[in-house]
Amino acid sequence: MSEQSRWQEQYDATRRRDVPFETMSGVPVDPVHGDGPLPGQYPYTRGLHAAGYRSRLWTMRMFAGFGTAEDTNARFKEILRNGGTGLSTAFDMPTLMGYDSDSPWALGEVGRAGVAVDTLRDMEDLYADIDLGSVSTSMTINGPAAAVLAMYIAVGEKNGVAKADLAGTIQNDILKEYQAQKEYIYPPRPSMRIVTDMIRYTSAEMPKWHPVSISGYHIREAGSTAAQELAFTLANGFAYVEAARAEGQDVDQFGRRLSFFFNAHSDFFEEIGKFRAARRIWARWMKERYGATDERAMMCRFHTQTAGVSLTAQQPENNIARVAIQALSAALGGTQSLHTDAFDEALALPTEKAARIALRTQQIVAHETGVANVVDPLGGAPYVEWMTDEMERQAEAIFAHLEELGDGSMLEGVYAGIENGYFVGEIADAAYRFEREVNAGRRVIVGVNDFVEGNEDDETNLLRIDATTEELQRKRLEAVKHERDSVAVEASLDALRNAAQDPSMNLMPPIIDAVKTYATEEEISNAMRDVFGSYVEQAIV
Amino acid sequence: MTSEPVIRIVLAKLGLDGHDRGIKVVARILRDAGMEVIYLGLRQTTASIIAATEEEDADAIGLSMHNAGHLALAPAMLAALDEADLDIPLIIGGIVPDQDIPILEAAGVAAILGPGAPAEEVVAAVRNAVSRDRQQ
Repeated sequence: MSEQSRWQEQYDATRRRDVPFETMSGVPVDPVHGDGPLPGQYPYTRGLHAAGYRSRLWTMRMFAGFGTAEDTNARFKEILRNGGTGLSTAFDMPTLMGYDSDSPWALGEVGRAGVAVDTLRDMEDLYADIDLGSVSTSMTINGPAAAVLAMYIAVGEKNGVAKADLAGTIQNDILKEYQAQKEYIYPPRPSMRIVTDMIRYTSAEMPKWHPVSISGYHIREAGSTAAQELAFTLANGFAYVEAARAEGQDVDQFGRRLSFFFNAHSDFFEEIGKFRAARRIWARWMKERYGATDERAMMCRFHTQTAGVSLTAQQPENNIARVAIQALSAALGGTQSLHTDAFDEALALPTEKAARIALRTQQIVAHETGVANVVDPLGGAPYVEWMTDEMERQAEAIFAHLEELGDGSMLEGVYAGIENGYFVGEIADAAYRFEREVNAGRRVIVGVNDFVEGNEDDETNLLRIDATTEELQRKRLEAVKHERDSVAVEASLDALRNAAQDPSMNLMPPIIDAVKTYATEEEISNAMRDVFGSYVEQAIV
Repeated sequence: MTSEPVIRIVLAKLGLDGHDRGIKVVARILRDAGMEVIYLGLRQTTASIIAATEEEDADAIGLSMHNAGHLALAPAMLAALDEADLDIPLIIGGIVPDQDIPILEAAGVAAILGPGAPAEEVVAAVRNAVSRDRQQ
């Protein structure tokens, strides 16, 4: 069958949204244009699906979390009422690092940058009155991802939703933590075991779950270039694939459940080229190098978030324009879901109003601009195709370097790059280069180094996290610890320690047992710290 | 150029906050400006920062805060300096809302550098804080 007829067959078989596919002036438009490759066809440069956003718009998934579980639960309900179509949970730093709210490490951090979750009780409150069987949930957590997924499974069970029906994503991309975000707990290799255990467990038990969201977002935020973001992220993806294959998992089975997370920064065409290149590279490597035969295992599905680091504290309303342009690049790049940043996020977590404007911004892109009528509308444009090739070329050069570091193994190459400071060094160099150029005036950032008139007028209402949150959360934790059966807690933690010592055991079942006893996140993390040790980064500038 | 001794500054991330892009750039800016930078890295405690400051005989401490913990963490650092009888300036960089600036200044923070602060401002803030302190 020719590619054209294959595409046509797929297109005809797709249910499409009930809207007129025509311009604002009433001109009907074809779903795809140009004589070149077609969307939905390997290697998917032009998109994963034949009908693109004609069948389904991207998921508008707004990231939220602050204060106590009740505070965030209220924000979630607000998002769903406003037409958000997925939930995305931000946790506070102690939760992200495997510490409880009563740890000395938690001082000043409880509920500040996300919601505090210590025990299953907090997760029950976080998702209270939300039908977990019908909403898809993303949870942005890595080091303690297994404990948090276990809590989500337990909440579902309590509410009568079987784990097989839970849909969503847990970030669980530990490799980029050592490279960029720095929210690790254990050293890389035991951390990788937790990830592969989770991949195996969810592949078997949770068909609607994405066990890893391989994330370039944080790499970019930490200062990398677009090509580095692309290359480091996909290299991490190859590393997970190699790790799962090494322990006998089937690439076609787990490959279908892998997903990605990219940044949408301000250089419009560079970003679009990056998204298109990501799909093409991933498909090629999965098919040609890792032997995937199921097309779904070759597809680079990704979530996108606009670049937090591009937001300026100066004249913050200007950020609304930045976010709109970045959101448009994500849509033109074919993202599966999108979070748009709020204009006040260079200053604090967003207020409800700022978060609503951010959601409205992507609704405008989706419903008013017409870009969702046509699949890959920029495909075939010489500059866009050149940029896509250029992103791919730069990424391949980085893969070659990593492969050399790993003696032919991408997994070992990524470990080596973490150990020898390659990733953090490259990212810090790129960040410094960019800062110098801004400082020298060679790059203009509106409101920062040029067009600064009006900076004095800034008066933005900011979200304040009540200082009593920390105290409140500590009391909640104390109450849970008082009520629970401490013998059962200890027994479950012992079982977890034993499982951690035995690489042939999957860690998920004992972790699920532990959360059900209301063992805290820190207790669970400590049980594994006892066996796996802790990771300390070497400080280099 | 004056004959002032070279400024030695300890930079660190206090607590769990892992946002280190800014502080690494600041480290290079200060180093380029001729200062000696001792970067301690992530997940430091007030005790580890005090120990390094004493060992390195530093003239100033710079901490970066991006997680809205500054109202708890900066006073904790100042108290630790007091307790160790170290009279050197504490400079905070990162995300500090305008309304919190007077609170931190009143508590004794010598300078606060916000997002987008140009290199000259960063260097000047450290120089001024140290020279004020040396004159005392």
